[in-house]
Amino acid sequence: MHSYSDEPIPHPPIAVPLLRAQHLSKRFGGVHAVNRAAISVPQGSITGLIGPNGAGKTTLFQLLSCFLQPDEGEVWFDGHPIHTLQPHQVATRGLVRTFQVARALSRLSVLDNMLLAAQRQTGEQFWNVWLRSHQVAQEERQQRERAWELLERVGLAAKAQDYAGSLSGGQRKLLELARSLMVNPKLILLDEPAAGVNPTLINQICDHILTWNRQGITFLIIEHNMDVIMSLCDRVWVMAEGRNLADGTPAEIQQNDQVLAAYLGQ
Amino acid sequence: MEGFIVSLVIFTAIFTIFGLGLNLQWGFTGLINFGHVAFMTVGAYGTVLLSMAGVPLGLAMLAGAIAASLLGLGIGLATLRLREDYLAIVTIGLAEVIRLVAVNEEWLTRGTFGLQSFPLPLAMLNPNPIVRVAMVGTLAAVVGLAYWRLWGWMRHTARAIPRSDLVTHSLTALGYLLALGLLLLGIGAGARTLRQAAIWPNGVLGMVLLSALLGALWLGKGLSDRLSRRFRAWSTSLGLVMAALLAVLGVYAFGYAASAVYRYSNPSKSGLLWLSVLLTALIFWGLETLVRSPWGRVLKAIREDEAVAKALGKNVFIYKLQALMMGGFLAGIAGSLYAWQLTTVYPDNFRSLVTFNAWTIVVLGGAGSNVGTLLGATVFWAYDTITRFVLRDIVPLDDARLGAFRIMVIGLILIVLMMWRPQGILGNKDELTLGR
Ligand SMILES: Nc1ncnc2c1ncn2[C@@H]1O[C@H](COP(=O)(O)OP(=O)(O)OP(=O)(O)O)[C@@H](O)[C@H]1O
Ligand SMILES: [Mg+2]
Repeated sequence: MHSYSDEPIPHPPIAVPLLRAQHLSKRFGGVHAVNRAAISVPQGSITGLIGPNGAGKTTLFQLLSCFLQPDEGEVWFDGHPIHTLQPHQVATRGLVRTFQVARALSRLSVLDNMLLAAQRQTGEQFWNVWLRSHQVAQEERQQRERAWELLERVGLAAKAQDYAGSLSGGQRKLLELARSLMVNPKLILLDEPAAGVNPTLINQICDHILTWNRQGITFLIIEHNMDVIMSLCDRVWVMAEGRNLADGTPAEIQQNDQVLAAYLGQ
Repeated sequence: MEGFIVSLVIFTAIFTIFGLGLNLQWGFTGLINFGHVAFMTVGAYGTVLLSMAGVPLGLAMLAGAIAASLLGLGIGLATLRLREDYLAIVTIGLAEVIRLVAVNEEWLTRGTFGLQSFPLPLAMLNPNPIVRVAMVGTLAAVVGLAYWRLWGWMRHTARAIPRSDLVTHSLTALGYLLALGLLLLGIGAGARTLRQAAIWPNGVLGMVLLSALLGALWLGKGLSDRLSRRFRAWSTSLGLVMAALLAVLGVYAFGYAASAVYRYSNPSKSGLLWLSVLLTALIFWGLETLVRSPWGRVLKAIREDEAVAKALGKNVFIYKLQALMMGGFLAGIAGSLYAWQLTTVYPDNFRSLVTFNAWTIVVLGGAGSNVGTLLGATVFWAYDTITRFVLRDIVPLDDARLGAFRIMVIGLILIVLMMWRPQGILGNKDELTLGR
């Protein structure tokens, strides 16, 4: 159990975590969306990030995935500083994010959404389309197989040829999840994977996350649904008004007076 | 008639290439380029000036196209890091700047006097029969391939119509189209007679003509609505019959084109015809391969949602640059062909109207469809040539006003199209409502 009220900077953990950020700040005009926040995600864990609306969780995600440049602070991923990189470079290193409002590529088929996510495709280089057409076709076949497998896992195989724009909100969440898996990442940042999803589907999503975690993928999850957080997470970080409020095991967090106060509004 | 068809085919080919460039940028990548003609200008002037300096034509064309693509690179580097709309604004300005450079840098471009009597491709050639047959053969191969694909499409589409109804459906559609065509012809003939008789003042005649056309339009639409209630697959059969009619007209045009190439009586045009058709086919095939490749998939992803493409590790900036350069390159090639077709180059050939034409073609055909662009260019140039000669006898306007009137009608057609078929001729309607 760790509380920040009297101790602004957390001690670095002993084992080097997969993702570690310190002193992260981001201002939007007068709003201090993230204020010297820190987070650390151990390799192989499912880590939770909770906090009231407007606490700065999504902004923190954007800083971690380099979609925003921090005003100060640093982000280390897999032993390297990444806060100076471009978002796509972060993704190629194995850190994928999803979006709070699921974003499907509407006028692409569900299958194409999946195929897009594969990394290091030969055919993504202009000249290779011509010069290595054979290799491109072969890779395409392999990726297609993998995509079908993943789509079957999340129950979207029947929709593979449909436009992604025709999916329902919950199905889009599933597609986004499967799509980030297609990247073959080390770490996935999930922004409210259960928001707007019916309870049965939430259970399915949780099962998938657990399965993939067992296969070695690390997760950092923002979620307002406490059941999801409590059932999935090894460790939970709490933010309020851009700052770290607390971190600990789910059980510890549930007992924390400060956390309760922040959620209930003092 | 032969010269007429030949120039129609050449213009269609040039603007297909030109439109394909814009379609790659806008239809596939979502980049708004309101100054497409700038790239064409660079390609045209580049090719012509280099060839006048003695550079071989093929090389000059390539150099012009590369210069145009470098222009795309420059614009991309300058604006792509900013918000999207900057590209649109900068390209508008750019087209005008490039034209003004052509007007004012007289030492290079001879300004408004323009460039004349520059080398034309294959013009000095006097091919022996074997070469001629080979040229006609390549044309035939291209057309044959196109018809093969069209046939595949028609068979695929026809499956939507129940077998037993196929004949009644197509015959009704054919009858409907013929009746509409006859009605329009009748109106045209009537107006022409009235105009020659000169009983009515021009204003009255114009109003009568306009109301007759609107009436015909209303009648056609009403009949079509009624038929679509009777026949389940009405719009499909209409599309099929229209495709078949177009195919017949295509054979007709091919006949003229093939004879022009074989006889080689007008060397500058025959050679250019062959060259532009061949280039169009090559470019079309190349683009189709590209947009179906993983490379094209990234472009489409960027069009749909840039942030997703970034989150999945795609270097959006580089891909946008590539699309801009590729589109510029194609516009450059179109520029060379355009210069050769016009045989003279003036800055006035490259007004913003040309960009507008490219947009019309792409929107008409359906954004994001290469076949659509081809079809859009065909329809556009057929309209342009037909109205240029036919309307003169019918519409009571002098030549300058007639020109403006024809552009007005294009605008009107676009508006009507946006209301009835917002996805363009070949676009997919489902795509419009996705994710909204
Ligand atoms: N692009 C932006 N421009 C200006 N202000 C922003 C921007 N993005 C976020 N903010 C502000 O930053 C604060 C934190 O927003 P953020 O989206 O990170 O909250 P959150 O914790 O994800 O909330 P929720 O649980 O509702 O998703 C809010 O006050 C928000 O208004
Ligand atoms: Mg949020």
